[in-house]
Amino acid sequence: MGIDMVLESGNSLIRPGAVESAQEEIRSERVSREQRQTVGTPFVEDARMTCRGVEVFYGNKQAINGVSIDVAKNEVLAMIGPSGCGKSSFLRCLNRMNDTVDICRVRGEILLDGQDIYGRQVDVVPLRAQVGMVFQKPNPFPKSIYDNVAYGAKIHGLVSSKSELDEVVEDALKKAGLWDEVSDRLEQPGTGLSGGQQQRLCIARAVAVRPEVILMDEPCSALDPIATATVEDLITELKQQYTIVIVTHNMQQAARISQRTAYFHLGDLVEVGATDRIFTNPLHQLTEDYITGRFG
Amino acid sequence: MTRQNKSTMEMVQRGLARRHRREKIFRFLGMAAVTTSILFLLLLFGSIIANGWSAFRQAELSLEVSFDQELLDVDNLRDANYALLIKRSLREFFPQVEKRRDLRHLYKLVSSGAAFELQAMVMADPSLIGTRRLVTLPADDEVDMLLKGYIPRDVPESERRVSDQQIRWIDELVAASRLKLGWNTTFFTAGDSREPELSGIRGAVAGSLFTLLVTLLLSFPIGVAAAVYLEEFAPSNRWTDCIEVNINNLAAVPSIVFGLLGLAVFLNVLGMPRSAPLVGGLVLTLMTLPTIIIASRASLKSVPPSIREAALGIGASRMETISHHVLPLAMPGMLTGTIIGMAQALGETAPLLMIGMVAFIVDVPGGLTDPATVLPVQIYLWADSPERAFVERTSAAIMVLLTFLIMMNGTAVFLRKKFEQRW
Ligand SMILES: Nc1ncnc2c1ncn2[C@@H]1O[C@H](COP(=O)(O)OP(=O)(O)OP(=O)(O)O)[C@@H](O)[C@H]1O
Ligand SMILES: [Mg+2]
Repeated sequence: MGIDMVLESGNSLIRPGAVESAQEEIRSERVSREQRQTVGTPFVEDARMTCRGVEVFYGNKQAINGVSIDVAKNEVLAMIGPSGCGKSSFLRCLNRMNDTVDICRVRGEILLDGQDIYGRQVDVVPLRAQVGMVFQKPNPFPKSIYDNVAYGAKIHGLVSSKSELDEVVEDALKKAGLWDEVSDRLEQPGTGLSGGQQQRLCIARAVAVRPEVILMDEPCSALDPIATATVEDLITELKQQYTIVIVTHNMQQAARISQRTAYFHLGDLVEVGATDRIFTNPLHQLTEDYITGRFG
Repeated sequence: MTRQNKSTMEMVQRGLARRHRREKIFRFLGMAAVTTSILFLLLLFGSIIANGWSAFRQAELSLEVSFDQELLDVDNLRDANYALLIKRSLREFFPQVEKRRDLRHLYKLVSSGAAFELQAMVMADPSLIGTRRLVTLPADDEVDMLLKGYIPRDVPESERRVSDQQIRWIDELVAASRLKLGWNTTFFTAGDSREPELSGIRGAVAGSLFTLLVTLLLSFPIGVAAAVYLEEFAPSNRWTDCIEVNINNLAAVPSIVFGLLGLAVFLNVLGMPRSAPLVGGLVLTLMTLPTIIIASRASLKSVPPSIREAALGIGASRMETISHHVLPLAMPGMLTGTIIGMAQALGETAPLLMIGMVAFIVDVPGGLTDPATVLPVQIYLWADSPERAFVERTSAAIMVLLTFLIMMNGTAVFLRKKFEQRW
């Protein structure tokens, strides 16, 4: 049974995986806090990305301890967990952004469509065009709003004319819910926008390249409820074609938009499962502590 | 809770006076430091300008010269006796002077360069031959000094270089409006000379410009490329650490050492010409490179990593990230570093002495391999000359050098302001 089924049946249904439902019925006891093996269903049948035994080190300090998880096609995977538990570190492995951190080393295996993205032959330029990223802190270029959004399409040669580029920019800004606010001042610097607007600008910039997998690191942390709703609509819309991994501290948000949720705890992937199940019936004591607010 | 708050307030209040006092003292010290430096600067500028401004004016004689046909052979204008033309015109003005000794003193009032000016005039326009006209010619530097008041009239004759008789003639010429102080064009159009009244800074300025051109063309691209490579591409290992330490050390090496290196390598091994701006530029490139590399690396470092991440994150290659985003942001700092390096190079003397740019060179250099000198060396040469008239020229040359330096630093400030971007 594939994850596609889940999508068709909508968010409200718990994935009817045989193992999990069996577990659910028996489990009234949670897995104890000392236990750090991943529980739940980290693996799916038609995976877009496959991670096996991923470890991340900053110098001698290990930030991720052997995480194995799949990201399915056309799903929204939410990653939650207390601050500093390694969500960003893990997310950044998925398009090799950690390469840019000198002291950072990544071990283990990460496959995109069966190809090892850390392989020797792999060129990070097409990889990052394919696996886009929205960063935790908004980081617009100190250029005009237009140039910010157009940049990716320009360098990858996605457009052949100015009018096409205009369309791409408008479309991306609309998707990020920023068009109405900036359509009359596209030539002004992107750095002159408010924090939340900058965040949406960065979303538009990532979306304009039309990546197949989008990694979002707390994209709504600086947004008001209205803008958040726009971004969530965008995510739901993008999900039809793309795969999205989103880090969020907002559990309602995770529940609203994601199909599966992964809970990280101090560098360990503690639990993965269908979102509704995680929030209603977590298997692991740590997960329960976190979602009920007893931790962090 | 309230008690806690209250006691915090009390404690803050108690310390407040001391904290304000400290701030006041610090502000006062800062202002004192700034005032002192401004005073010293004013003193420096004041003394240089006071000494040097008179060099921009120069005593000139207006003499009625008849371009006699019998003295000027049209086929050999170069070797005609132009000095005789001047002597005749002076004798005409002072018919009462007859003794040979007196005449020799009279002729001394005119600069020895006057004959060459006449020569140039006639050769440029042979139609002058046979005519008679008023010609403005440079006076001797002693006349100039007397008119400017640097030679006192009230000391005994033996203690000054102008005799009483000469002073009488000078006064007579001044009274007849034949001798006066005029704008000193020569200072800006001539090269160096043994005669102060014929010397100018054009040669030194041209030499400086050629030298700086070579320095800029070499050190800016090399410096920026090296900085970009070290900062953005080089792996951080023992080698790059070693290179970094060495570059920092190079910046502290006394400049004369670079001159010795230039002498050994460029002149002796590669056989390049002595005294040439090309070699001067190469030597100064060695000297400015560390400055430029260090400044460029610092400004590359100050570009926030989030900008790099943003570009890399949407799939820009490293080269694109650097050329589209990092370099434009780092450019103001790089330019400032370069201009400061250039300003240092402009004021540098020691390394250039080693490669022969200290030679006495009269001609204005026309290219990179012509013998040349540079402004600071010219200043050094003039400061070393015994003639009183070179004292004011030294200061005037310093004024020109300072003008260039201020202009360069102004450009640096302007560029920084213009391209400075916020993020
Ligand atoms: N560049 C870095 N250098 C050194 N250590 C780092 C670096 N980035 C992250 N870490 C460390 O790795 C661990 C995980 O950090 P990470 O940023 O992945 O946490 P996070 O789960 O994203 O937290 P948050 O929710 O606050 O964003 C932390 O202990 C952090 O100190
Ligand atoms: Mg994070």
